[in-house]
Parts: sequence; structure tokens; C-alpha cells
Amino acid sequence: MIAIGAIASAIGIALALWIDWFPADAAKQAAPIDTLYDVLMIVSIPIFVLVMTVILYCVWAFRMRPGQEHEDGPPIHGNTRLEVIWTAVPAILLVSLCSYAYAVLTDIEEKHRGALVVNVRAVQFAWSFGYEGEDGRSVTSSQLYLPQDRPVLFRVTSDDVLHDFWVPAFRVKIDAVPGINTEVRATPTELGTYSVVCAELCGLGHAVMRATVHVVTPAAFDRWLARRSAPAPVAGGGAGGDDGGQPGEGDLAAIGKQTFADAGCAGCHVLADAGAAGTTGPDLDRSLASASEDEIRTAIVDPDAEVEDGYQPGLMPQNFEETLSEQQLDGLVTYLATVSK
Amino acid sequence: MTAKLRAPGWYRAAAFTVLGVAFAFALVGIVRSAMHYDDTWFHGEGITMVALLGAPLFFLVGLGCFDYWFYWASGRPTRAEDHSSHGATSWKDYFRVNTDHKVIGIQYVCTSFFFLFVGGLMAMLMRAELAQPGMQFVSSQEFNGLFSVHAALLIFLFVIPVFAGLANYVIPLMIGAPDMAFPRLNALSFWMLPLAGTMMVGSFLAPGGSFATGWTAYAPLSTEMPIGQMFFTIGVQFAGASSIATALNFLVTIITMRAPGMSFFRMPLLVWANFSTSLLVVIATPFVAASQFFVLLDRALGFNFFDAFVGAGKDGSVLMYQHVFWFYSHPAVYIMMLPGFGIISEIISVKARKPIFGYRMMAFSLIAIVVLGFTVWAHHMFVSGMQSWIRIPMMITTAIIAVPTGIKIFSWLATLWRGVIRLDTPMLFALGFLTTFTLGGISGVMLAMIPFDIHVSDTYFIVAHIHYVLFGGSLFTIFAGVYYWFPKMTGRMYDERLGKLHFWATFVFFNLTFAPMHVIGVQGMPRRVADYAEQFSAMNMAITVASFLLGLSMLVFLYNMVVSWRLGPRASSNPWRALTLEWQVSSPPPIFNFDAVPTVVGGPYEYGVPGAVHGIFQSPAEAKPTPAGSVATSPTTE
Repeated sequence: MIAIGAIASAIGIALALWIDWFPADAAKQAAPIDTLYDVLMIVSIPIFVLVMTVILYCVWAFRMRPGQEHEDGPPIHGNTRLEVIWTAVPAILLVSLCSYAYAVLTDIEEKHRGALVVNVRAVQFAWSFGYEGEDGRSVTSSQLYLPQDRPVLFRVTSDDVLHDFWVPAFRVKIDAVPGINTEVRATPTELGTYSVVCAELCGLGHAVMRATVHVVTPAAFDRWLARRSAPAPVAGGGAGGDDGGQPGEGDLAAIGKQTFADAGCAGCHVLADAGAAGTTGPDLDRSLASASEDEIRTAIVDPDAEVEDGYQPGLMPQNFEETLSEQQLDGLVTYLATVSK
Repeated sequence: MTAKLRAPGWYRAAAFTVLGVAFAFALVGIVRSAMHYDDTWFHGEGITMVALLGAPLFFLVGLGCFDYWFYWASGRPTRAEDHSSHGATSWKDYFRVNTDHKVIGIQYVCTSFFFLFVGGLMAMLMRAELAQPGMQFVSSQEFNGLFSVHAALLIFLFVIPVFAGLANYVIPLMIGAPDMAFPRLNALSFWMLPLAGTMMVGSFLAPGGSFATGWTAYAPLSTEMPIGQMFFTIGVQFAGASSIATALNFLVTIITMRAPGMSFFRMPLLVWANFSTSLLVVIATPFVAASQFFVLLDRALGFNFFDAFVGAGKDGSVLMYQHVFWFYSHPAVYIMMLPGFGIISEIISVKARKPIFGYRMMAFSLIAIVVLGFTVWAHHMFVSGMQSWIRIPMMITTAIIAVPTGIKIFSWLATLWRGVIRLDTPMLFALGFLTTFTLGGISGVMLAMIPFDIHVSDTYFIVAHIHYVLFGGSLFTIFAGVYYWFPKMTGRMYDERLGKLHFWATFVFFNLTFAPMHVIGVQGMPRRVADYAEQFSAMNMAITVASFLLGLSMLVFLYNMVVSWRLGPRASSNPWRALTLEWQVSSPPPIFNFDAVPTVVGGPYEYGVPGAVHGIFQSPAEAKPTPAGSVATSPTTE
């Protein structure tokens, strides 16, 4: 029985370590958490196997056989030594696991001097990310740009209800709480794009409250920040998925199409041209068909000014005037006016 | 007709409900006109909220729950209690206010199983929606409503009350009492439940849809929701009041009404379990009532407990809601688990034909869980933004609470060892429970580890964990208990073949449904979403298929219960050869439980001790204690 248990545990542990449980690993915080998970698996599996082995052995060896209908088992009432063992051993094991988890926690939450501060603001149902740009100008973006290998401190808050700022690839999350600032730290290590997920139920658009993290080289990040903090409004834009390298050029409609995708419009709206099929908000192909450019602009920056029948006010984010650049907004209006006709 | 309207019953209840709505209409109108508000007489939201609070009380008065107390309070002659209403002779008797604990027990069990099936159907709808990414069958509002109502029903209208129902039936019999200590309060507790359930299901008809903020109803989302939210906020008050009253009733019954000779350490472990649970309920449930009253006041009257938008000059505390809520809702998971531990102890001891291994440690570990259960609530808030140091002590207590739970699991295993194990349906569910609950316990310890919890909180890993402890844990023990006491409660035997089929189908499809949720949770799928990233689609389709088969397996159970109750073979008084007192009387028991007061002379689990008995039907003067191993003179064992 012991041999079977040991073999089953070994197989279980090998399987658990072989399975690739976690999403992409893109921050310094990920590795210690993933290792903690492996350790928990290595400890848990033998315990589960122990319980299962005893149950299955008892069922096999001690099940009632024909003729035993009126027999009872031996009247064993307890065994103090055994009871002490199975109280003390789990207690010691659990305290050791807690100590290890505490070590991991201090590791992943270690404070760094000179960390980049990003002010994360959540609103139903969109994210905005604030940076301190050149000359202390504040820069706001609807997408999260982070430099590689630099510690980041996220200061998170919410304008309305609870949200939760979570980057699965970084393994860290923290609630966005109205009225207070919460903090979470991560040091991105891998270049690439990952998703920001809202993990706390925040209303009808909760499932579509997503944004994108772009981890870029420090040089590209500085260029992006410089461009976003440049004073001339027309020079803005370029928040498209271009690693922050080149500003968006070409006609406004192309910028608008890119903005429609970046700002997450497709999560809630139908728009045939963009392949969007969201059902939380009105069908734009239908509802914008007769709208002028001015009306479209109002519907974006002040969505509650006029709400289509059958839809609730307060669902669409109210902050697009802040999170989109002037050029992006112009582009979006032009694009929507063109494709919905 | 007037006679019908004057006598307690459904006609008077209907009339009083109409009165209750009229009262709400008048009260809101008068207050609004006194305040010179517009829209004086037809303010729908105000009327609805007052009616939700008031009409159920009017209904209960009409039904006759308060008759005796009102007569007594007004000094009129009370109707002498001749116990003529005890017992049930037809199905109609289950729809009256009845003070017999056996009738109330069955009322509880049937009502809560009704809500299990309603809540289960909602789960099927959700799984249909989640089979593929994108939106197919329901809107976001409907989906959020479905998972909220699903959880609220299954927690407040199924798991908590079904345990209260089983205990209602069994506990007085087990301790040798003729009834509960407060039979009228017992009836009132039951009748609040269907009201709470109707309110929660009825919220789908509210303008703006049902409540859709999860069963946690986190403020300030819940204070800003359409009127449907109030159906939860107020429904919980009735379910909670019912729960508190029942718990007080159990405490008093267990403390004061034990048969002669039944010392605390001769009580069956189910009695210990319900004693511990009742302590938890009495201390903790007022907190959830408070949290929901705060939400009600915030939403209805603008108290701003939780509205914290500083920009608008509001300085409520959002985290306060979570602390108050979880101070109840963490102990609540033990409220939903300890009675199950009691049921499993009964079944494993009887079916393995051995005494419970380490009886006293089993009792003490229950009390340890009660005490520790109040020290772990903030582990639900590791990512909430509360003071970060609080996380550390909460992690340690959360891990340590696994020790008493582990003691119980190891003691059950040791009870099985060298027994003569009967693998019938209750025992299969008990062994299935040991398997799934061990998994749920292990994932619970993993979640206690803060760094891992930070990654997986609010993901499907949590959904998997909670279903392993509440479905694989609580529901398996409930099935075990229902099969085990079915002969006692109905006087008939269930179909063993169908019972085994039910077990295997449930066990297999339960694991196929919920085990993969661990994986998609760790991979990053958040919970409470109707739409999800393409990468999770294959796993979700598999889960949906398994969940439908799990749903089908419930029909086997339903068929078995209904048909066996009507047509099953008659049950003998003690088909399991058990020692505890409820099996020493006929099936179903006599109207007043015991024709002679039993005297308890030994422990409840002395299986294998030659001639040992637990209780005898002699007067205490004649009865001599039979220590373990001695030969008894009693004729009570078959």
C-alpha cells in the first residue's frame, strides 16, 4: 500500500510539474509565484494520494462480504499517539508553508527607488493610465506602455465602483477602490503585448473591460512619453500597436479604425466594418446611420447626453475626451461617420 | 368566505398580503407628501422597497404564524395547544403552519431542494452561454443576474436551510426530545424561507432586471443598481432572520432537552455539529444582516455608508462593506460545512460498523473550527487594498484552520480501517465526499498563500474551489444524509440501484465539470464574465458538456425520491442497525417521538462492543449504565 501510494504520488507530482499551468511569464514577480505553486503541488499531492490510498484500500480489503451482514468491526475508540501525530505534522507543515509564502510575498512586493509611477484609473468600463511626462506634464493614455526591466509602481483608483487591475502575465492584481489609492508593484521583463483584465465584477461591461500592456524597450518608452507630453495637440496620437515608435500617419479614417480597436469599442458595439459584434451597447451600423459628425463626437465624449432606447445610461465610459488624443478622436469620428453610412 | 378570511390560512394570507402592499403605498405616499416631494403617490421604487419589507410580515400574520403570540400579548384566551396539528396526514398539511418538528423538517428539505433545482437550472443556462466565447443566449445583464441569483439561492435557500431541515427532523429524535424547544418559532423560521426565495427568484421580473452584483453584492456597485438589487438585500434579511431563529432554537433544544443520561460527550456528532453551527449562526449572521441594511439605507435614503467618491464630497468607506460582509460570510462556509461533517460521522461509523475514531477530538475540532472561523475573514480581501499587514495573520489562521479539518478527515479514515464496510448509497456519497472535500481543502490551503492568491483571486480557480467545498463537500453530505434518513423520514426504502447510479453519475460529472476550472483559472480566466478570450474556448466547451450531464444525473435522484416516497417498500424501524435514538422508534416516528422517555446509558457509536446500547426505554431509576464491553439488558437493539 505504501509502495502504491509512493508511486502514485511520484506520478502525480511529475504530471503537475510537467503541465504548463500559467499564462506567459512577463515580469520579475511571476517566477517566485510559479515556484510557490509548484512547491504547493509537491506538498499537496502526497496528502491527497494518502487519503485516496487509504480509502481505496479500506474499500477493497474491508468491504462487507456475503455472510458478514451481521458482523461489526473491532471496537477501536482511538489512539492518542496517532492523533497527536496527525495534529502536529500538518500544523508544522502549514506553518512552514506560510513562512515560505511570506518570503515570496516580501520578494514580489519589494520597494525600489526610482520606480516608474503609473496612475491607473478605472471607470465603468475602461482603463486610463497616467504618467508624469516631460516638464511635469501629465500624460494620459488608454493603453499601458511600460519600459522593460524597470520597476513600476501602479497607483490604482476608481471613479465609480470597485474594479480590479490585473495583468495575468505579471501575476499581480489589486482592487481599484473609489476614494483611496491602492498600490501594486511589478517589474516587466519580457517585451511584448499582454492584456489588462478587470477582475472585480463592476457591472454590465465587466467582461469587456480590457486594455493592452505594451512592454517596450526603455528607449522606445522614452520616445513615446516625449511624444505624448509634447505640447502641440495635433502631434499627439500614435497610441496604436506600433511599439510607440512611429506616430500614426495617413488619413484620419485609418487612425480612427485603429482607435476603434484600441479603445475597446468592439467589446460593446456592433460595427460591420471593424468586425465588431458586442451587444452591451447599441448597434453602431444602425444607430449612427443618420448621425452627423458632431452628433457622433458628442455621443463619444458625453455618452449620457442622449441614450438610445433600451440601453441604460452610465454604461459607456465617460472619459474618452481625456484618454484619447485629439487626433484619435477626430479619426474615430471621421471613421464612424464614413463606415456607418 | 368571511370565515375563511378570518381563520389562519392561505386565504387570510393572501388578503393580508394585499393589505401589506396597500400599507406600503399609503406609508410612502404620506411620507412623500409630508416632505413635499414630487410624484407623491406613485413612486414605484419607494413602494416596492417598503412592500418588500412589509408585505412578507403581513403574509406571515395572515398565514397564522403569529396568532398564538398576538392572543397572548393582548390578554385574550389563547387557543389551548392540544397538538392536534402535529403530524401530517396528507400533502396539504405541509402547506400549513405546523409546529411538529418532523413536519417542519420535511417542509425545509422539500423547499430547499426545490430551490436547488431552480438554482441548478440557472447554472445550466450559464454553462450554455459559456460554451463558446461571445454572446449567444443571454445578455450581460441576464448573465450577471443568473450567476448572482444562482449563488444567492444555493447558499441562502439551499445549503444553509437544508441542513437546518435535516437537523430539525433528526436532532430532537437523536437527543430523545419530543420536539424542538420553541415549536412556534420553528414554524415561523421555516415560513420566512419561501418568502426569501420567492423574492430572489422574483427579482427577474423587476424593472431593470434581477440583482446582478454577485451574491457578495459589493458596494458601491450594489448601491447604484436598479431596484432588482433590493430583492436580494431584503430577501437576505428574511433568510438570515430564519437562520438566526432556528439556531437559537437548536442551541436551547440541545442544551436543555437532552434525555436523561445524555451528557455532552454521549451526544452523537451530528448533534455536536449542529451545536457548533448554531453558535456560528447566532454570532455571525447579524453581520450580514447589518451589511445589507447598510446597502438598503445607502440606496433608499442616501446614507452614504459606502459612497466614497471624494471628488463629489462623499467619504464613505468601501472596504468597510467587505469587512462586515466577510465577517459573516467566512463563518458561513463553516455554517455550510459543519452539519455535513456531522452527517458523515454518523454514516461512516454506522456503515463501517465501528466506533468513531477519536470521538472527543472530533467534538473538539468542531469547536476549534468555530473559534478559528472568526479569525480568517480577511483572506477574501488579499487584493482588496486593505492594510497590507492584516494579510499575514489572516494567512496563518487560514492555514491553521486546516488542522482541525485534517483531524476530522484522518479520524474518518481511521474509522474505516478494519471495519465491515457496507458500500450502499449513503456510504458511497460519504466516501465521495472524503475525496472531493480533500481536494477542496487542499485548494483552500493553496489560496491561503497570499502570493498565489493574488494571482488567482477572482478567477475560475475560486469558482472551482468553492464548488469543490460546497458541491463536492456540502451537497455530497446532503445527498448522503437524505439517503441515510430517507427510511426514517418517509417510512419507505429508496431504490438502491438508482441511488448508486446517481452517485456514480454525480461523482464523475462533478469532477469533469469543476476540475478543469482550476486550470483555466490559473491560466487567467476571470470569473463572473459572460464572454472570454478565445484561448479558453475548448476547455469551456468540455466543462459545459460535463455540466449538462451532471444536471441530468440530478433527475435520477429526483425520480428515485418521488417514486420511492410513494411506492417504495416499507422500511423497518432500524434498517441500518444503528444505535442512535432516532432509529429506536418506528419509521416514521410516532407523533410525539417517544412513547416512553429514553434513558441514555452509553456512547452513541459502540459498534463492535458486544451488547452495547446507547439508549433504553426505561425510567432513569431502573436504568443502569452499561459501560463499553458490558452486556445490556435492554431489548432495543434488533
